[in-house]
Amino acid sequence: MARLFDIRILTIAGSLLCLILGLAFPWSKTPIIVGLCFGIATLGVAAMVRAGQVSFGHAMYACIAGYTVAFLARAWPQLDGLLLILAGVGASLFAGAIVGVFVVRYRGIFFGMLNLAISMVLYSVIGKFYAITGGTDGLRINRPTLLGIEFERAGFETVLLVGTLLAAIGLGILVQRYFQSASGEALAGIKTNETRLEYLGLSARRVLWDGYLFSAGLVGLSGALFALVQGLVTPDIGSWLRSGEFVFIAILGGSGHAIGAFLGAAVFELVKLFAAAYMTGIWQMLLGITLIVVILVAPEGIVGLLMKKSALATPRRKSPWGTRREENKWTP
Amino acid sequence: MSFELLMLAAADGFSYAGLLFLVSLGLTLIFGVQGILNVAHGSLYAFGGYTAATLAIWAAEKQAPTWVLLAALVLAALVVGVILGGILEIGLLRRVQDKDPVLQLLVTFAAFLIFEDLQRLIWGVSPYSSTEVVSRLGNFDIFGITYTAYQLLLIPAVAFGVYLGLLFALRRTRLGKQIIAVTHHREVATALGINARKIGLIAFIMGAFLGALGGALAAPTTSLVPGVGTDMIVLSFSVVATAGLGQITGALITALLIGLARSVAVYTVPELEVAVPYLIMVAVLLVRPNGLFTVAQARRI
Repeated sequence: MARLFDIRILTIAGSLLCLILGLAFPWSKTPIIVGLCFGIATLGVAAMVRAGQVSFGHAMYACIAGYTVAFLARAWPQLDGLLLILAGVGASLFAGAIVGVFVVRYRGIFFGMLNLAISMVLYSVIGKFYAITGGTDGLRINRPTLLGIEFERAGFETVLLVGTLLAAIGLGILVQRYFQSASGEALAGIKTNETRLEYLGLSARRVLWDGYLFSAGLVGLSGALFALVQGLVTPDIGSWLRSGEFVFIAILGGSGHAIGAFLGAAVFELVKLFAAAYMTGIWQMLLGITLIVVILVAPEGIVGLLMKKSALATPRRKSPWGTRREENKWTP
Repeated sequence: MSFELLMLAAADGFSYAGLLFLVSLGLTLIFGVQGILNVAHGSLYAFGGYTAATLAIWAAEKQAPTWVLLAALVLAALVVGVILGGILEIGLLRRVQDKDPVLQLLVTFAAFLIFEDLQRLIWGVSPYSSTEVVSRLGNFDIFGITYTAYQLLLIPAVAFGVYLGLLFALRRTRLGKQIIAVTHHREVATALGINARKIGLIAFIMGAFLGALGGALAAPTTSLVPGVGTDMIVLSFSVVATAGLGQITGALITALLIGLARSVAVYTVPELEVAVPYLIMVAVLLVRPNGLFTVAQARRI
């Protein structure tokens, strides 16, 4: 039987589409890179969603990485782009490791709220300390060299597009492997039944900390790339609305498979572009309606829908969302 | 910091805490009964504010007496609470009642996105305000500072009145006791013959009304711009989480604490003004993971 939904074919087709579109219509490079960045960040947030935890503050890691890139690029203009990205990811990992120690003690709403609070502190401090951070105007980043080569704007964007695409594919595969590995399954175990997880001899906090660090790194990478492609960082990169959008995309795409993050990001960017072209001013409304329709019609997201339609891909677990379990209620 | 400045900060904070308490009370009531953290609550605040400003501007043009202006504010909140609250509960939340809690939260986020644009379409992006009622009520002097009676007397009085009224209603009336029963355990309450659906709707509309009332009372003293709801929702989240979800008296004390701390920060370290509520929240949650006033294991309200 012909498969309707083969992840490998879908990935290759999607990547080719990104490349062809980007090369044929140069204006589309930025939205495609931005879409991929959203996808990478959503991979991280999806890992948290798999653990049943929704963070309304993960954009702070994009913010930390973005501002690290900006500060370094301004202090040492000769620094290579790749080094800047690595430094950004490093900074977000470092922050994630520290914040993680505290937030993994919380579940459900308090996990979300604590992340939100920390990200709001960062967001408002960055917006207010004009002298250091440029306030709400943000900081400009001059185009750095990439691997020692200096590029014009068009070339820079093409290299960034290819690089982001490769990173997205690689990370997608990595995250999928992680989801199916023992520690990934343990992470999902926090959602289904944390007590049983502890009985297996695993520390739920440690498992969640690992996942949290991983997700902070992914969101950080997306923030660093985002800052480079825009040539500008503003506090908005870390606003709670951005964190909400990551969760939004994770639900839209579905957390059954890593590719869901990118499918969700693609739909998200398309709705935004469509609204910008034809219905200016109501893009949030369109996004909201899309989200409600997806939740009502396909609560397991686009991936869940595709998996159901084609009897393929032998899902390892019946449903990543499972049925609603009493012990997993959102009340503390 | 001089004594006058301190008194000014206290007056600011006191009045602001009143508004913050009303909005947070609505949020915490809805969470208690429905188990949903309503992100769209910020939109209810914004809609309440805009509707109140529209009504008050219209009434002021007609030279209406002061009590009509005040009634217009409450009426606006009532209309927004019943209509938008009803639509949200019946049209949306009921349909996702049995779904994953993450999805329930996201549905309210989607509603928030829709309302944000709707509000922009209806009222545009230029600032809206109607200060008529504030000037009508006049100023008065206290401890060497002059402050508007509207902000220093009316808003705190309404907030405290709502607090006492709600406590009385929950403890002494049939409906209030039913709400508490549903909060404690929905299934058991249903088994006892309580119409949990109806109670859920009523509690949601009450919560929505309180959110809108916060906005309506804020309308005469602030200029409304797009994004007011966005700021208010995260702020009321911080009050509710710091107090402990579902804690009514806790929300009152926390709103006071956060309101006063914020206005003291405005006069001393203005850079930290926005960050102060969240710093308090982080500090509290690190020490008391379930909020200040949560009783161990006991369920809320």
